[in-house]
Amino acid sequence: MSAIILLLLGLGGMAAGYFVYSRFIASRIYKLDPNFRTPAHEYEDGVDFVPTNRYVLWGHHFTSVAGAAPIVGPAIAVIWGWLPAFLWVVFGTIFFAGVHDSGALWASVRNRAKSVGALTGEVVGGRARTVFMIVIFLVLLMVNAVFGVVIAKLLINNPGAVVPVWGAIAVALVIGQLIYRRIIGLGLVSILGVAALYSLIYVGPMVPVTLPDQVMGLSANASWILMLFAYAAVASLLPVWMLLQPRDYINGLQLFVGLILLYGAVLLGNPQVVAPMINSDVPAGTPSLLPLLFVTIACGAISGFHGLVASGTSSKQLDKETDARFVGYFGAVGEGALALAAIIAATAGFASLADWQAVYTAFGQGSLTAFVDGGANILANGMGMDVGVAATLLTVMAALFAGTTMDTGLRLQRYIFQEWGEIYQQKWMTRPLPATLLAVLSCLLLAFGAGGADGSGGLLIWPLFGTTNQLLAGLTLLVITIMLVKRGRPAIYTLAPLVFLLVMTLFALLIQLKSFYEKQDWFLLGLDLVVLVAALLVTLECTAALKRAFKAPPEPL
Amino acid sequence: MTTPTQWLKRISDLGAQYYNAPYRAAIARAKRDEEDLFMLLVFSEMMGVPNPAAWSTLELQPLLMERFHDWHTRMGMERSPLDHFRCC
Repeated sequence: MSAIILLLLGLGGMAAGYFVYSRFIASRIYKLDPNFRTPAHEYEDGVDFVPTNRYVLWGHHFTSVAGAAPIVGPAIAVIWGWLPAFLWVVFGTIFFAGVHDSGALWASVRNRAKSVGALTGEVVGGRARTVFMIVIFLVLLMVNAVFGVVIAKLLINNPGAVVPVWGAIAVALVIGQLIYRRIIGLGLVSILGVAALYSLIYVGPMVPVTLPDQVMGLSANASWILMLFAYAAVASLLPVWMLLQPRDYINGLQLFVGLILLYGAVLLGNPQVVAPMINSDVPAGTPSLLPLLFVTIACGAISGFHGLVASGTSSKQLDKETDARFVGYFGAVGEGALALAAIIAATAGFASLADWQAVYTAFGQGSLTAFVDGGANILANGMGMDVGVAATLLTVMAALFAGTTMDTGLRLQRYIFQEWGEIYQQKWMTRPLPATLLAVLSCLLLAFGAGGADGSGGLLIWPLFGTTNQLLAGLTLLVITIMLVKRGRPAIYTLAPLVFLLVMTLFALLIQLKSFYEKQDWFLLGLDLVVLVAALLVTLECTAALKRAFKAPPEPL
Repeated sequence: MTTPTQWLKRISDLGAQYYNAPYRAAIARAKRDEEDLFMLLVFSEMMGVPNPAAWSTLELQPLLMERFHDWHTRMGMERSPLDHFRCC
């Protein structure tokens, strides 16, 4: 089958979702009001609260939520065939992610732009807030550990990408200085920065860098992971304007360039999908599609992380309440489009079914490597690019996404440790350096604990990451649902996704618990149990809070 | 009719917003921290902290008067910490 059909169906479905379903949700359920005075106007301070042009706001909402996760998830999940992943991404975006993201914006805007964390405390209860903190910590922990492992793997698979991936940091540092010190304007800086990055990508394959197999008793993989975390620790301690801000900016540009290139190459080259529609011959040890599909693809179908972005920063800048539809829902559509590109690259970028099967030899295989290799072939055929350069381009794109998530994630984890230090009166823990070290240590423990001494098996925790991410989404959906019930509006559009997510999450955790037990992997078993407890707490909170909400008479709001 | 130059200006404005918006708060905080340190240097002599550059910083004090009140409240002092330097 031609990949163009997949592309058109997917994008068409999501566009219909935006034009039809989101219009219904915005006008009938959330009842977005163009005359409502948003917090950006109410508390305008030029710093946090600034009414922002909706296209700009969409731009950075989208680029903050889209990263490596919507690529990794689908690129793993196609092991069950392209259809299940495709359906979950398209329908997930339409009925889950879009509703969740725009709902999080709405909920926050209606509550003085408070974050979902604070809202859970206020709307649901104090206990729920504690659960929320634990879930967030787990999400950050897992995402940092997994991304460290993933980037290391990418760098080993594509030695040509080592120079541009690390060189991009230097480019970002220079850009940061140029802009912060107002040496030259943003437009020129962007052109120079992108030109520098792409010349590095072009040069990269000519100067491949490989680490020796053993450095001080560590495998190449383990050395890269340690270096990445050392980098992330330093980066997370630097002032944001120095590295994080210019990096995010370059990543944003890269994201658009990458998407346009990939979609353009599919249209020009018309690659064929070689992977089976439904894989009846999955490798031994692959868990069953139901429920694992729904936690393997979190970002790209629905992700709790979006709620954090929506309620943390975007809601403070929303000019009109009605913009929540464009920023939130269309942001989710953008992420769905990225996930769709990942599905196409990982299923249509191979010459034959045998080639595809050679990559997907076990669950957790494929992932970013399949995206990079498959995508490179598509780019080479469609755009006439050199395969090596194309692979480097995609590797750099994926590694930059994952890298930025890592240093943001470590920064957030550090804040959590600092907050705990304050709560439990541990003065040393409130300082940035020790808190960062604790964050790094916990991530390394997970990366090596799950993957053995060479850190190679880190992707085993990917579905667990998906699970915690879904729990976070569940909590946000709970807040939205309760707000809807209190206003006497139909709650089914958020309640149904909430119930579906909780059921799938609990089901997936139990299945994984069994498989970890059978493999006698006590470390992952313990982790699974922790997440399971969190999931049960979330479920109990949901039931109790909903019961209370349904019993109480609707408030006139 | 918008001219191409106006278009270009509009695009660069939007670009600048895109670059700055996500980090406005963090950068404003960092700037404020720097400023707090500067205020401490300027007013240090009055609080008994010897400052070799007191002669020069003295000149700055009237210029910083407006920010003085914000600064001492931010530092957790409800009233002006300086006996002869009342602002509230």
